[in-house]
Amino acid sequence: MVAQPAKKQRFNALALFRNALSYHQNWEQQWRSPEPLEAYDVVIIGGGGHGLATAYYLAKEHGITNIAVLEKGWIGGGNTGRNTTIVRSNYLWDESAAMYEHAMKLWEGLTQELNYNVMFSQRGVLNLAHNLTDVRDTQRRVNANRLNGIDSIYLDAAGVKKVVPGIDLRGGGRYPVMGASYQPRGGTARHDAVAWGYARKCDEMGVHIIQNCKVTGFDIEGGVVKGVQTTKGRIGAKKVGMVPAGHSSVLASMAGFRLPVESHPLQALVSEPIKPTIDTVVMSNAVHAYISQSDKGELVIGAGVDQYISYGQRGSQHLAEETLVAICELFPQYKRMKMLRQWGGIVDVCPDASPILTSTPVDGMYLNCGWGTGGFKATPGSGHAFAAHIAKGEPTELTAPFALSRFETGFLIDEHGAAAVAH
Amino acid sequence: MSQDFRLPAGGRIDRSERLNFTFDGQTFTGYRGDTVASALLANGVHLVGRSFKYHRPRGIVTAGVEEPNALIDCNITAQEKGTREANNRATFTELRHGLTTKSVNAFPNLNFDIGEINSLMARFIPAGFYYKSLLVSTGMWHRVVEPVIRRAAGLGVTDEVADVSRYDGHYLHADIVIVGAGPTGLQAARVAAKSGARVVLVEQDTECGGSLLRDPVEIDGMDADLWVATVEAELAAAPNVRVLTRTTLSGIFDHNMLTALERVTDHLDVQDAADDHRPRMRWHRVRAKQVVLATGSFERPLVFRNNDLPGIMFAGAVETYLQRYGVKTGNTGLFLVNNDMALSAAIKAKDAGIDVTVVDVRSESTGPNTERLMAMGVPFLTNHTLVEAKGGKRVKAAVVAPMNGDGTAISGEMRTIECDFIGSSSGYNPIVHLHCQSGAKLDFDPTTACFVPGAPMGATPTISAGGCKGLFSLNDALASGASAAQEAMDALGLQAAEATVVSASEEAHPGSLHIRHLWLLPTDKPTSKGGKFWVDFQNDVTAADLQLAVRENFRSVEHIKRYTTLGMATDQGKTSNINALGILSDVLGVTIPDIGTTTFRPPYTPTTFGAIAGREPGDFLDVARVTPMHDWHAEHGALFEDVGQWKRAWYYPKAGENMHAAVDRECRAVRESVGILDASTLGKIIVKGPDAAEFLNRVYTNKWMKLGVGRCRYGLMLGEDGMIMDDGVSSRVAEDEFLMTTTTGGAANVLSHLEDYLQTEWTDLKVYLTSVTEQWAVASLNGPKARALLSELCDDVDLSPESFKFMEWKEATVAGIPARIFRISFTGDLAFEINVPADKGMALWTALMTAGAKYGITPYGTEAMHVLRAEKGFIIVGQDTDGSLNPHDMDMSWIIGKDKDDFIGKRSLTRKDMSDPMRKQYVGILTDDPKEVLPEGAQLVNVADAPASAAPKSPVPMQGHVSSSYWSSAAGRSIALGIVKGGIARKGETLIVPMPDGRNVKVTLTDTVFVDAEGARQHG
Ligand SMILES: Cc1cc2nc3c(=O)[nH]c(=O)nc-3n(C[C@H](O)[C@H](O)[C@H](O)COP(=O)(O)OP(=O)(O)OC[C@H]3O[C@@H](n4cnc5c(N)ncnc54)[C@H](O)[C@@H]3O)c2cc1C
Repeated sequence: MVAQPAKKQRFNALALFRNALSYHQNWEQQWRSPEPLEAYDVVIIGGGGHGLATAYYLAKEHGITNIAVLEKGWIGGGNTGRNTTIVRSNYLWDESAAMYEHAMKLWEGLTQELNYNVMFSQRGVLNLAHNLTDVRDTQRRVNANRLNGIDSIYLDAAGVKKVVPGIDLRGGGRYPVMGASYQPRGGTARHDAVAWGYARKCDEMGVHIIQNCKVTGFDIEGGVVKGVQTTKGRIGAKKVGMVPAGHSSVLASMAGFRLPVESHPLQALVSEPIKPTIDTVVMSNAVHAYISQSDKGELVIGAGVDQYISYGQRGSQHLAEETLVAICELFPQYKRMKMLRQWGGIVDVCPDASPILTSTPVDGMYLNCGWGTGGFKATPGSGHAFAAHIAKGEPTELTAPFALSRFETGFLIDEHGAAAVAH
Repeated sequence: MSQDFRLPAGGRIDRSERLNFTFDGQTFTGYRGDTVASALLANGVHLVGRSFKYHRPRGIVTAGVEEPNALIDCNITAQEKGTREANNRATFTELRHGLTTKSVNAFPNLNFDIGEINSLMARFIPAGFYYKSLLVSTGMWHRVVEPVIRRAAGLGVTDEVADVSRYDGHYLHADIVIVGAGPTGLQAARVAAKSGARVVLVEQDTECGGSLLRDPVEIDGMDADLWVATVEAELAAAPNVRVLTRTTLSGIFDHNMLTALERVTDHLDVQDAADDHRPRMRWHRVRAKQVVLATGSFERPLVFRNNDLPGIMFAGAVETYLQRYGVKTGNTGLFLVNNDMALSAAIKAKDAGIDVTVVDVRSESTGPNTERLMAMGVPFLTNHTLVEAKGGKRVKAAVVAPMNGDGTAISGEMRTIECDFIGSSSGYNPIVHLHCQSGAKLDFDPTTACFVPGAPMGATPTISAGGCKGLFSLNDALASGASAAQEAMDALGLQAAEATVVSASEEAHPGSLHIRHLWLLPTDKPTSKGGKFWVDFQNDVTAADLQLAVRENFRSVEHIKRYTTLGMATDQGKTSNINALGILSDVLGVTIPDIGTTTFRPPYTPTTFGAIAGREPGDFLDVARVTPMHDWHAEHGALFEDVGQWKRAWYYPKAGENMHAAVDRECRAVRESVGILDASTLGKIIVKGPDAAEFLNRVYTNKWMKLGVGRCRYGLMLGEDGMIMDDGVSSRVAEDEFLMTTTTGGAANVLSHLEDYLQTEWTDLKVYLTSVTEQWAVASLNGPKARALLSELCDDVDLSPESFKFMEWKEATVAGIPARIFRISFTGDLAFEINVPADKGMALWTALMTAGAKYGITPYGTEAMHVLRAEKGFIIVGQDTDGSLNPHDMDMSWIIGKDKDDFIGKRSLTRKDMSDPMRKQYVGILTDDPKEVLPEGAQLVNVADAPASAAPKSPVPMQGHVSSSYWSSAAGRSIALGIVKGGIARKGETLIVPMPDGRNVKVTLTDTVFVDAEGARQHG
């Protein structure tokens, strides 16, 4: 037995209109909830954006549709549904730039591709520079981006003010804004829609999306993966793709190998909704916070990880405070805004702050993790590249630099070095 | 306008103080003690806002912090710029004289709002419509569609200019924090106070009393007011008690770290607030050993068709407006209830002379309240449903009908009852937010149809009492307050005091609800057709939306929330979540506890950014560290550069000089005569102990054991990954003591890195580290005349090159100041770094300047320092390195002790890739045109790859980048340093630097030393 495809109603204004006439009684399930089969060609662990995208591109680009995506909770409930959705591709190193720009290109057509409005909003992303070192590093990154075919501009302080009229260039006086990198094609997207849109398309092609199904162990024979143990019983698999974000080392240890990742809480917060006040994404590493405004009107604010290691999906109180200090520094007019909600997710951080997309010591088992604080933006690209890697059973041009072996060879892609930014 | 709906007497308002305020441009009056909501209602104003999505007219529905509809912007006039505040709950905003307010989300005005067109289109824009439509191209989305959505969304308007208020942060420590000063919390505080614990009692309201402010029943034979006053007096007299009113406990974090927002001056009349010396708000961070939650409960409404019309409110709110504010919410009221307790509102309304009808959805209604109402002659319909509310900007009538036995359909004739307000109640939800924030779970109590606190969890559990525990009788609440405090005292190891026996009059508060839960009132048409059943008022989520979500297989409560936006409004589901769960449980056919709740996250209610940020924004964001000579630099025209937290002199322009000219002059002075640099900011760490040398041996790549006392050595520090992390010179002060220097920006990092190793990895080493960065001031004399100058001020040390060699240090007296002189050089010239105690820094500096005048001594800043060191090819960690470069890459293999057992990073250096000849390596870069100064951060490409434009469409392979670049007078041309793939072996090769302006500049890779290649000068 294999999973069955099921053609979906197309989403468009006309469909909405027609369904309105029948009082929305005839909308079908966006994805179904089948019981797991005995075995699949590929089992993807983790129903976040990356896992679902992997399944989607495996089905669409590689003709493998007998797939199950296993999610321990509800799809998109991990970091996909918790992140602050900054999308940009202006990374310093060639390997990262290639990966994130690959994703950026897919983002630009994703709403049509999925027939689901992921609200990808290219409102531009600024990374501020507050001292001479920042300026130098920013210019270096902008130059590298430019030559990598990525839209990236260096703005001086006046240029920043033009794009973000609300900013206090004095930076509160302590760390004035000296300039910024600006990527006009960067922006934000609707995180939930990304998970749901991929899920719907996966379902259409016959991929099984199995929620409330936690992987608890692996069946490995002679170094070859044969299946997974789950809370819904054993499920056989010819290949397994692990995409578990905050829990990658947990799964790796079930499979008998270790990862060089640390799991940290990463928090974010939103204000109450207000009428439009800021049209771009503004990030500052030196003062340390970033901000954008959602289409709902909330200011979406975040910063860096909590320094301790934890699986508790909540943040500490001091970090939210420090983040708001930084925001009030750059935007003193927001002091009277009110925090509506703060939350946290668990992110897996590699020593070089770059992800791992790799084959593993277990045959037939592949791993995609370590995206740290900034993997949402990579979702389509990561899924696309990882699917190709799984289908071929070997690294592709895009995934090869991100192999696990780089920690042995020393070929690191150090994106948290001086010249890079988080998220 | 006159206050037509104000009762002639009663309430906790001060009728002697009339306060004027404006709402949407119209002036109204109210009384001291009013909220904006109660004052508006006193003036007969119900329509106060427009909903988020459909722009439906909305009225005040609650009398508290949970209000979803009545949001207002405050301080809205041009004169009040810098104080405007968006989205305040009118029900929680104290009235003050001169307050200006405005409704939100309505254009052009509240009465006629263009956005209401959305309401007409409601059928076509159900939950999640935007996922299924508007599938336009990315460009169209951002340029055309999104701006429309963004303008329609959002509620209030934020200020454009910086907030003028001050905010403060406080730290508190308490044995016990009690949250909520209603009868339960007061009773708990009383017991805790008597037991001798340090008590903090936190109350968000303006005064203590909680539910007693709305319902002043007798306690212990006393009038409620008197009882509250008695307890307050008792607490005020106790030195161990602190009562914080107007203070909201917003968050509970790990280990009972609590946060609380105190509103200090917001309630003052506008002029008084401006003159008040206190901060606008205080942000309290409280460490509590024990926490008792006495936060009470929220009422929830029944869900019926058109239940969002202005004038439809919670039954308890009607009661609060009557009793606490002396305000009638209308003249003809209909009460729609499913429980006994809510009927007390109908009684109060009747007492106040309002025409009252009761519609009770229960098949039987028999409690004392029912009997009273019947006795009062109030029309009382049981087993009836409210089919539909009628009206536009105000409810005008209710259509009611009898129901079948299981409450799923109407079973008789509909009839219309006129009314100008409806008070509705579907029961009560204990306020379990803080309990959940502390990490504990919830249990569902089917008899009261609500979630109650589950078993406490974690190392520091909170204790719930009273209403928030699901105890709805006043006597039970009072008793639980006392016992909660006693439990906390036991946990603290204190002898718990006996509670003074208290009892309230039973009849007023029976406590039993006899609730019938009908989550969606039956009507004549399916929920999806004709009219809407509102669940989340602000976000416009209807019962049909919830059903649609389930139909589309959004079954997890989190999915439903995200798909419909239920519970994501500013009230965070306080008024909607349980009703939604009830409706969903019917649709999904599972019990409410099986659906579960979404996560309760901090803050409990929206919390002001500025208060959380406190005093830090502005100059206090980060300390500005300055050297003892800072004032001198400032007086002599220096510009400063931020390096880490330090302000370092960058360059000292003279009149008419630009940066280039000033730096050039400073550099020439050093090479030709003598320059002086304030080097005080370099990190300085004393490494002391019998194993000090071994310690340095492990943290630096080179060898340290044999370095003699009085000698200095340059060291490179690697991270575990084998990459360069810091550098600096360390000097042996004694057999067991070194003085380590670090980079200015890296000092703190290095210290914690070293401590980390000492404390966790090398516990066998006897070494102590002390930062002395700020204890020493350092003046660095550089240049051929340095010795001549110094010898004029120092006669107790022989400065001759024979007896004081390069890389040695000596104790000396300079200008009468005890000093340490180090012969180390970052310029490649003859140099003496003179260290003196920090408080003597200025004296030393001025003495050197005075004596140096005849040599033309020139102060130079960091920019000249960078040029000078670049002329010598000396690296700057963090500029020429970026965390991805190892010593081999920097052509510094010489600094790795070949036969050392170990040092941090050694293992990583053995990895295959670390010695790959094609790694990026450190080189000099010279432009073909000696006048062209390359921009730092420019990239290098092979000649064959030179791009045709500044922004090529596809990637151009890059070879490396320019890390440092300057004009060098000493070299007589521009010089640059950089990192290039395989660069060390490629010296002499020509590459291209594609400039941002599109030019391709030709460069040649060279050695990294541009001046004094043999290095003679520094030994001079
Ligand atoms: C607060 C915050 C802000 C962020 N901001 C940004 C940003 O602005 N821009 C950006 O690009 N990135 C951002 N990120 C990072 C980004 O969210 C993640 O990198 C990205 O979403 C990871 O996607 P994923 O699909 O791999 O992970 P997830 O969405 O976490 O998916 C992993 C899934 O695996 C499931 N799973 C784990 N273990 C098992 C098991 N044993 N069995 C079955 N299922 C399992 C989990 O339940 C989860 O659903 C942010 C992250 C956070 C927490």
